Amino acid sequence: MADLTADIATGSAPGRLTTADGKPLKAALAAAESHARRRAFFLVLPLLLFVLITFIFPIVQMLHQSIYNPGFTLHRDVGTGVKTPIMINVRNWFDENERGSDPDESAYAALHKDFLLLDELRAAGSVGTRINYDMSGTRSLFTKTARRADKLTPPFQEGFLAIDKDWSDPEVWAVMRGASSAYTANFYLAAVDLTRDVKGDVVSVDDNRALYVKLFGRTLFLSLLITFLTFILAFPVAHLLATLPLRYSNLLMIFVLLPFWTSLLVRTTSWMVLLQSQGVINDALVAGSLIEDESRIQMMYNQTGTVIAMTHILLPFMILPLYSVMRTIKPVYVRAARSLGATSWTAFRRIYFPQTVPGIGAGALLVFILAVGYYITPALVGGADGQLISNLIAFHMTNSLNWSLAAALASLLLVGILILYWLYDRLIGIDNLKLG
Amino acid sequence: MKTRSILLATVFGTAATMAFADAHTAKEITVMSWGGAYSKSQLEAYEKPFAEKTGIKVNSVVADNPATPIKAQVEAGNVTIDVVDVEYADALRLCDDGLLEILDPAILADGADGSAAMDDFLPGAVTDCFVATIVFSTMYAFDETKFPENPPSKIEDFFDVAGFPGKRGMRKTAKVNLEMALMADGVAPDEVYDILETDEGVDRAFAKLETIKNDVVWWEAGAQPPQLLADGEVAMTTAYNGRIFGATVSEGKPFKSIFDGQVYEYDGYAIPKGAPNLEAALEFVTFSTQTQQLADQAKYISYGPARKSSGPLVGLFEDGKTEMGPFMPTAEANLVKALPSNTEFWADRNTDLNERFNAWLAQ
Amino acid sequence: MVVSAAGERAFVEYDHVQKSYDGETLVVKDLNLSIGKGEFLTMLGPSGSGKTTCLMMLAGFETATHGEIRLDGREINNIPPHKRGIGMVFQNYALFPHMTIAENLAFPLEVRKMDKTERETKVQRALDMVEMGSFGGRRPSQLSGGQQQRVALARALVFEPSLVLMDEPLGALDKQLRETMQFEIKHIADNLGITVVYVTHDQTEALTMSDRVAVFEDGRIQQLAAPDELYEQPCNSFVAQFIGENNTLEGVVESIHGGVALVKLDSGDLIDTVPVNVNRAGERTRVSIRPERVETDATRLGPDAHTLKAEVLEFIYMGDTFRTRLRVAGTDDFIVKTRNAPDRARLQPGQTIDIGWMPEDCRALDA
Repeated sequence: MADLTADIATGSAPGRLTTADGKPLKAALAAAESHARRRAFFLVLPLLLFVLITFIFPIVQMLHQSIYNPGFTLHRDVGTGVKTPIMINVRNWFDENERGSDPDESAYAALHKDFLLLDELRAAGSVGTRINYDMSGTRSLFTKTARRADKLTPPFQEGFLAIDKDWSDPEVWAVMRGASSAYTANFYLAAVDLTRDVKGDVVSVDDNRALYVKLFGRTLFLSLLITFLTFILAFPVAHLLATLPLRYSNLLMIFVLLPFWTSLLVRTTSWMVLLQSQGVINDALVAGSLIEDESRIQMMYNQTGTVIAMTHILLPFMILPLYSVMRTIKPVYVRAARSLGATSWTAFRRIYFPQTVPGIGAGALLVFILAVGYYITPALVGGADGQLISNLIAFHMTNSLNWSLAAALASLLLVGILILYWLYDRLIGIDNLKLG
Repeated sequence: MKTRSILLATVFGTAATMAFADAHTAKEITVMSWGGAYSKSQLEAYEKPFAEKTGIKVNSVVADNPATPIKAQVEAGNVTIDVVDVEYADALRLCDDGLLEILDPAILADGADGSAAMDDFLPGAVTDCFVATIVFSTMYAFDETKFPENPPSKIEDFFDVAGFPGKRGMRKTAKVNLEMALMADGVAPDEVYDILETDEGVDRAFAKLETIKNDVVWWEAGAQPPQLLADGEVAMTTAYNGRIFGATVSEGKPFKSIFDGQVYEYDGYAIPKGAPNLEAALEFVTFSTQTQQLADQAKYISYGPARKSSGPLVGLFEDGKTEMGPFMPTAEANLVKALPSNTEFWADRNTDLNERFNAWLAQ
Repeated sequence: MVVSAAGERAFVEYDHVQKSYDGETLVVKDLNLSIGKGEFLTMLGPSGSGKTTCLMMLAGFETATHGEIRLDGREINNIPPHKRGIGMVFQNYALFPHMTIAENLAFPLEVRKMDKTERETKVQRALDMVEMGSFGGRRPSQLSGGQQQRVALARALVFEPSLVLMDEPLGALDKQLRETMQFEIKHIADNLGITVVYVTHDQTEALTMSDRVAVFEDGRIQQLAAPDELYEQPCNSFVAQFIGENNTLEGVVESIHGGVALVKLDSGDLIDTVPVNVNRAGERTRVSIRPERVETDATRLGPDAHTLKAEVLEFIYMGDTFRTRLRVAGTDDFIVKTRNAPDRARLQPGQTIDIGWMPEDCRALDA
């Protein structure tokens, strides 16, 4: 490292430090350290790339997908990867005519041109799917119109109405107008049980379709409940682990970790064996004449099942941070409190417990975030009313294939977690988090 | 300096490996199907004989619903599957979205009885992108020990919890459940979709489902219903008929299938767009959909062959004593009150009705 | 061993107390000890000697296996620690890390349901007493070791206990700070008139601060005495070795006569000693002489002095003193401390000199 002799250049630039040869000290320092910094950067580069590729990029893509659906504007041939703009003519018509104007013959003519292209590209299905997201039952309208488009002759309005009278439905046109921009907030609206009416105003969906707000609420409630239950169960266990002599605590630790080393599916299915109405617990209760054979308790395929199984599965995530924090709390603090006149309860409440808060915070945050995104266990034991929002996300990923809605739901979940994280930071302080 | 050379070596090493993998095209294809007894029947009837005849190795992979990974693979432009077994409705949708290769019907073999291929297949069994191999049915089955006297026999009985007490198992989706609910509510099979087109009809179906909602255990994978019955978790459950057949005949479970009010549908092969071994895939589809192969499959599972000419060739189950005929969804006795699934309807309304279904479930 | 109370009435009493953790060995063997009111008593001993266990039994964190512990005449064996009203300063201070200094001090007052204004006055007074008045709002982690020590002391005193226990409170401080704190603690204890039981393994600390010192070893009190008596008249060779620096010469008692024991050292030299715990001729003994009681210039002593030839092995200049290592009567580590004075010669290694001491400074102890 260069030998830097700093002197204070009085006169022209008061207070500015320079090196012996007159270079500004700050610049010299930066130059001297840049080599070391570059080396450090190259060391973390693989991790940075890894995080970028496997984490940041998919999240950005998810966020993008939640607001971007080019189903009505762009067709990409999956074989060749060639992208072709579609529905250009009708989109131009939308640009020239303001919202609410009735489709005239020129609109139908434009639509006809577009359909000829759709038929050629075999893109009617994806366009129909896109429109179907906003207006149910319209997918086949597009596929069947595309099939017959080449046989249509002017006047096109009549031709289209002959294929299906739905073409005169103003809602179809309103939805097409909405979809003519690839960027849309409609999926977010759908994710909070809202939709757009014919005029384009945001309204609530029918009561018998309202789902997501309720599920977000239920997910929040159940996750909090599970977090609380894991805390109640984990606290004494972690305390025992931290205070027992080593040979006992090691044994206990194995009991805690044993389920951790077992596959999640195995643990979930063993809960099924225990909880189902012909399961071990019910059989034991019946055998002990505690309940009648007819009135076996339904502990599975409902919320109870979800709560019990998830509490058990997430328990180690609460125990371990608690344990690691409790181990660092010296027994002398409680002794000190006792010698100062505190009863054992006061010593626990005022001295021991507050010192475990960083562990509780870490455990609660871990369990809560895991619970909010939990998917397999509720799917297997949750039945109808034990489903969480992630099950619906999975449904849209794998079943309805509406990935934009899935992305919107997932983004809302992400935002919700970030808000809770922020709240946690404000209330407890993230510096106080101790994972081990 | 040293770090940089290691990094470069890694990068080039990876690139070289990938290039090698690309160039490495042995004669083999990958087929994705539904798993369990169904995949096994395909292995025995199609894949083994195909490999024997052509020397092309067949890798079999499994998914809960193969349509889903196919959509993902094709859209991501990273297709590893050559042939996929999908439901008819999914095939139509994927085809409309341009995610499947167009199949020329000319590749299909004529029937063993000499009839032209397109005449030999059941109506609608061959479409632009899809060749049906089987007809499968969703019907319901019950545990005979639970109903020693006066066993259920009609679709109405499934929805009658007072008369036939016990939990019910149903697939967690709107499809089939709505049709069955309407048939149980007295709607004739040929009117079901007309009624379901209307909002009142949908309300009526949900109202009927509501009557048993508290007694339903919902299943998702085809392997679950026989398990639910075997565990005593449910007294009766809807199921794919082949799964119940497997449990009854192969494992000797006391289950009885009721085809009254069944909903049947095609299932068959399609080729994802951009399949890595297109030619071999076509060859496989041609081979598997021959009269004899379709008839052979019925030896292993009770799904009806999609070719008329295969019907007479269907004989005994692999155990050599069970007559397959009565277990087929297409057997005459089973078609008295039966509903062919309306694919067009579900392609249009699946999203919408499932939204309503999910909302109804969560209530 | 007879233990007598310094004061008129015993304030703290251990009465035949025994303690065992595992049911096989006794950590504390038949402890009898009375501590007077206002006394500063130190339990001194190496680690494992049982001194901390004795303190913890008094605090209530350990139960006596046998015997009675009395506080102010009342048996406290079954009284839980928080009802004993004993202040305690712990090793490493045990300040509650999640509370400010003021909250730490207020804690014992709060659990005593003292109202807020009174609490604040007392906390401030206690902080001022240890010269930490302006630190109330800080957290323990923001203080230096010495400052934490002061706070711990203030916290143990703030609720005005009449007995304060201290468990090696200065162990973590550097030497200079430790010396300052020793005087300060002593000063505060005297001012407040509280009784202090102090545990340490540092004999200087014990000698500096205590009214009486109980030297522990092997679960027993070896000697209980005022510091000067302990230093000048150790009652056995363990105490002699443990307290201060000590020269040991081994030999056999030749005769005991009229308060003088004649000892024949292993080198063959005969010396007069004070018999402490040797009883008859023929017994092996260790003769103990303090380094500062040995004169390197025997001519400076009177005719009663005992002289021996010695060879200088090492001479160390230590500022206020000279430290000379000698070969005497067959041992190589005989140390002599001499005060630095202008008339003192600096000895050279290899030099042979006559050393001497007064027979009353030479104590014949158990071997």
